Amino acid sequence: MKGRRLFFAGILIAFAGSWFGLVYAPQIQLGRLEAVEIAETGEFHPPALPGSARRGREVYRAHGCFYCHSQQVRPPGFGADSARNWGPRRTVARDYLRDQPVLLGTMRTGPDLANAGLRQTNAAWHLLHLYSPALASPGSIMPPFRFLFETRKAGAGRSAGALDLPAELAPPAGCEVIPKPAARDLVDYLLNLKAAAPLPEAR
Amino acid sequence: MKPASTQPCPEWQAPSPADAGDPGCSPASLAAIDASCRKPILLLFGAGVVWLMIGTVLALLASWKLHEPALLTDHAWLTFGRIRPAHTHAVVYGFAFQAAMGVTLWLVSRLGRTPLWHPGIATCGALFWNLGMVIGTAALLGGESTGIEWLEFPRYVSPILFASYALMGIAGMPALGSRPQRRWFVSQWYLLAAVFWFPWLYSTANILLLFEPVRGAAQATVNWWYGSNLLALWFTPVGLGALYYFVPKRIGQPVHSHALAVIGFGSLALWGGWGGMQHLVGGPIPAWLVTVSIAAGLMLMTSVAANAVNLHQTMAGHFHRLRQDLALRFMVFGGMSFALAGLCGMLMALRSISEITHFTHLTIAHAHHGLYAFFSMVMFGSIYSIAPRLTGCPWPSPRLISLHFWTAAVGLLLYLGVLIPGGIAQGLAMNSPDIPFLEVVRGTIPYLRLRTAAGFVLAASHTVFFVHLAWMTASRVRDRDRPLHDATAHAIPISGGSAP
Repeated sequence: MKGRRLFFAGILIAFAGSWFGLVYAPQIQLGRLEAVEIAETGEFHPPALPGSARRGREVYRAHGCFYCHSQQVRPPGFGADSARNWGPRRTVARDYLRDQPVLLGTMRTGPDLANAGLRQTNAAWHLLHLYSPALASPGSIMPPFRFLFETRKAGAGRSAGALDLPAELAPPAGCEVIPKPAARDLVDYLLNLKAAAPLPEAR
Repeated sequence: MKPASTQPCPEWQAPSPADAGDPGCSPASLAAIDASCRKPILLLFGAGVVWLMIGTVLALLASWKLHEPALLTDHAWLTFGRIRPAHTHAVVYGFAFQAAMGVTLWLVSRLGRTPLWHPGIATCGALFWNLGMVIGTAALLGGESTGIEWLEFPRYVSPILFASYALMGIAGMPALGSRPQRRWFVSQWYLLAAVFWFPWLYSTANILLLFEPVRGAAQATVNWWYGSNLLALWFTPVGLGALYYFVPKRIGQPVHSHALAVIGFGSLALWGGWGGMQHLVGGPIPAWLVTVSIAAGLMLMTSVAANAVNLHQTMAGHFHRLRQDLALRFMVFGGMSFALAGLCGMLMALRSISEITHFTHLTIAHAHHGLYAFFSMVMFGSIYSIAPRLTGCPWPSPRLISLHFWTAAVGLLLYLGVLIPGGIAQGLAMNSPDIPFLEVVRGTIPYLRLRTAAGFVLAASHTVFFVHLAWMTASRVRDRDRPLHDATAHAIPISGGSAP
């Protein structure tokens, strides 16, 4: 019986050690981080996302974008993230304070998106890219997200926001392709992805 | 310990009171144990294999979409980002977990010489687990993923899974607590530790990520603490527990060294729980966390080496058995993969290597190395050993078992042989900023195509297994009156067990 008690005590202590070390200790170190005011701009970082971008994050999560796109920039000297123009600095814990859930990602089947909103600021490009990645970005293996768009009868004149498509993708005559709200929200989210504010801990 | 007979072990041909030679164990009590296990464990195995088939279809679709992105893109539920988690959950929680649970319950009650306590409770648990799986998979395809890798099921599903686990655990509890013999077998150490660790792991991760989520980057540490420990402290000990039972059992030899077994278990318990942070290398978390996980990976090699040597030395001189013993083939393949996957995992954690391999398809290759080439192969071998005892039927066709083995082995070697170099090439290209990113993407496509081909070979092997299990069940249903243990069947000429 004594051996069994020792056995259970052993596996309990072993697991408790891992729990304290890798679950609890990071809370002590990171749990009290708060947004800070950036002296240069007077803005808080990380900023609160506008409502449309928050809804867009839900679209991003629901469609599993994070399986192919990471949202983290590695420090200089470790990989080629800054040379690829994926961010002006490494990302740090404070950048993720407002993310729920945190979508760091573990694969770069596609490029990193931590600063997607800095690299490509054109919403029309993003919408076209979602509708037909291969058109906006030749050679891309990203799947088209056409179900985020609808093809409908065009009224007199083109509606605002209708996609500007080349002949081979154009809808039937008299119709136009309009992004659904989910597509607009997703693009708002992408445009808000910025982890560039000069934080002291990221220098 | 009687010497092993020179006859081949025909366990897959006919069930019988194989353990007549075990101390303190009569065929009658074994029959009672098998009878108690029959319904819940056959349900776990059967449903597990159905989920394996579902997961396979989803895997082929996801793999194909990576090189043919225009395939089936008209519906949100068919998009890659939904198919992929549906695949991982079908194979991890649908197949691997249920197989693990079935094998654990059977081994625990057999080694504890105690039938399952109210097997109906365990059957209920298994049914609820599958209910949770169906709800969760539908939710994933409907876009309700939590966005947290390895825990994508929405939070109303995890209490169902947790309660199911508890129900299955309750049925095995008396067997855990009792053991007429004085000493525990090596298998029991691993299985007891695993069933104890899993609920702690699963509940911690669910509470801190889904119910009362921690803020910011700390989520990622909990996430990878869970992802890594699910492998290291649940699937690995269950796989090793099965290996330490079935390998000695099937060749009729004791485990080679008690001391090595103690070292192997002790170092897994000590260091196994400290991995995972290497998945965040270069990420926005304190660097010391990553260093701790890398160090733990190095220390963990003690466990990998001790277990690999111990299992190899147990098999030494008996490798010719692989010609006849088909279940043992899966076991030995799994054991060898355990050693290799452990070594690869340690190497991939090193910063100089992860700088290249992190964020590439090598991550996917490694997940299949551990969960499939090691764990699932051991589970296949275990199911081939256990199912005939529960159905009272032999496997209808040894050739199908052999076909399953060879297609699985070839498919896996192709899969890993393609995706490991593919991931390294992708990582090297990604770290060369002169190569445009779309060129890096283009470079991965040949590897991804070959990976799909490997997927088709593996799909064929799963189909063979599925058909064979269905055939066996059907022949049992036709032949209901046969007693569970047919006294006229061959007595299996092996004795001994995994007793140290």
